[in-house]
Amino acid sequence: MTAPATPGGPGQPVIELRDVRKEFPGGAMAVDGVSLTVGAGTVFGVVGHSGAGKSTLLRLVNGLEEPTSGSVLVDGQDLSALGERGLRPVRREIGMVFQQFNLFRSRTVLGNVLYPLRLAGLDRAAARARAEETLDFVGLSGHGGRYPEQLSGGQRQRVGIARALTTRPKVLLCDEATSALDPQTTGEVLALLRRVNRELGVTILLITHEMEVVRGLCDRVAVMEEGKVVESGEVYEVFARPRHATTAAFVRSALHSAPCTAPRTGRCWSGCGPATRGGWSPCR
Amino acid sequence: MRADWSTFWPKVLDATGETVYMVLITLALSTVGGLSVGLALYATRKGGVLPNRAVHAVLGTFINVIRPVPFIIAIVALAPVTRAVVGTMIGTDAAVFPMTVVATFGIARIVESNLLSVEPGVIEAARSMGAGPLRILLTVLVPEALGPLVLGLTFMLVALIDFSAVAGTVGGGGVGNLAMTYGYLRFDTSVMVVTVLVLIALVQSAQFLGNLLSRRILRR
Ligand SMILES: Nc1ncnc2c1ncn2[C@@H]1O[C@H](COP(=O)(O)OP(=O)(O)OP(=O)(O)O)[C@@H](O)[C@H]1O
Ligand SMILES: [Mg+2]
Repeated sequence: MTAPATPGGPGQPVIELRDVRKEFPGGAMAVDGVSLTVGAGTVFGVVGHSGAGKSTLLRLVNGLEEPTSGSVLVDGQDLSALGERGLRPVRREIGMVFQQFNLFRSRTVLGNVLYPLRLAGLDRAAARARAEETLDFVGLSGHGGRYPEQLSGGQRQRVGIARALTTRPKVLLCDEATSALDPQTTGEVLALLRRVNRELGVTILLITHEMEVVRGLCDRVAVMEEGKVVESGEVYEVFARPRHATTAAFVRSALHSAPCTAPRTGRCWSGCGPATRGGWSPCR
Repeated sequence: MRADWSTFWPKVLDATGETVYMVLITLALSTVGGLSVGLALYATRKGGVLPNRAVHAVLGTFINVIRPVPFIIAIVALAPVTRAVVGTMIGTDAAVFPMTVVATFGIARIVESNLLSVEPGVIEAARSMGAGPLRILLTVLVPEALGPLVLGLTFMLVALIDFSAVAGTVGGGGVGNLAMTYGYLRFDTSVMVVTVLVLIALVQSAQFLGNLLSRRILRR
């Protein structure tokens, strides 16, 4: 049985999951028949409670996990056809950002951003120029010589984003990229991700358990429960007319403390809700 | 009988030199060996970057067989191999061989446990960038674990000073030999005291340098 594929929004499909299942040894069915399509240039959010299978879903997209069945296509290429070695060049086209940042503590900020560039085979000078440029983009020029432990959480995540972006990937995967941050810093990081999408045209697939993140950043959203996508669609539609109980609960959680009356501008919601007061920058 | 101090001091100096030589050569060889075995042990474990059950089991068993053997027994047990490899069973070079064998497997365990304490998220990040297993081992795991690794190696260095003294008592040369021939066989307490002081000084300097280096690496 194949679940209906989610229309991917504007652009060619960049990520396509076809009836993907992932069962871990021991019997946990982390992802249970998920089909979804993410169109080029889209910001696609996946929400769900802890254990819903969000991280596993994300890790299937860059081949960190192998599907038990079904197929994962990135840029039209079926990942299961590639071995571990064949996956490496594909992974360089897909940046990944983590909740706990996962920065190299033994390397400086610049060293962290240089790492994927050197891996991609750029020579020292070219890599350095590119890394500086990326640090500038994320607003950390001048911090290159510092070590991760000398930075705030928000700055660390911006290093994480710079490191994921510097090889100019088509796709950025974000695993709870803002969940370790306070509301103010969350707003800054979301604003940066928005710029990554708008200015660099990077397709973003992000997972979160915070509906505010979806509202602030995403074009489309899928709601996961027990490994299955129970609802998906355009963010404004899902917010306006949640059909599934879980979705309704998530939407309520986002709207609860401050009813949203702000108009929707462009392709995202302009600020409202508690996190907004913490400083989300309005979208352009 | 008392030692002749005018000829004794040059002997102390020579013996100290021999000890330092034995210990440093052993440290160099066993660091290379221990790092290789430790990396292999770490990489081949279940869920590691290059899982291989057979290799992991063989290495693990080997280490578990060698490690519990008291060093003095290891010297004797390895004597035939020492003769085959080094060509002799006495002197400093002959002492280096069993010391290296024992230290290699000790260091291998130290390396393995320090690599295991590196956060898995960092390895995941490197994998997500398309880094291969060998690359991850050498450019992520070793640098990330370097601070505690240096402390582990310092621990082994101190143990090697101890080993070298033990090897000295069975004809290995160095300060241990001196303590044995003058201090023990001739019941000369003052020689005993001098050799103990020399050993304490060596251990203190080793620990001091190791701490300094690891603090530099850890930036604290
Ligand atoms: N390597 C693994 N081995 C076995 N089971 C796993 C593994 N990884 C995840 N699981 C299981 O799969 C299910 C989904 O996990 P996953 O991490 O994808 O959830 P999640 O939605 O990201 O949760 P969270 O919000 O807590 O991060 C859970 O039941 C988890 O226990
Ligand atoms: Mg997760």
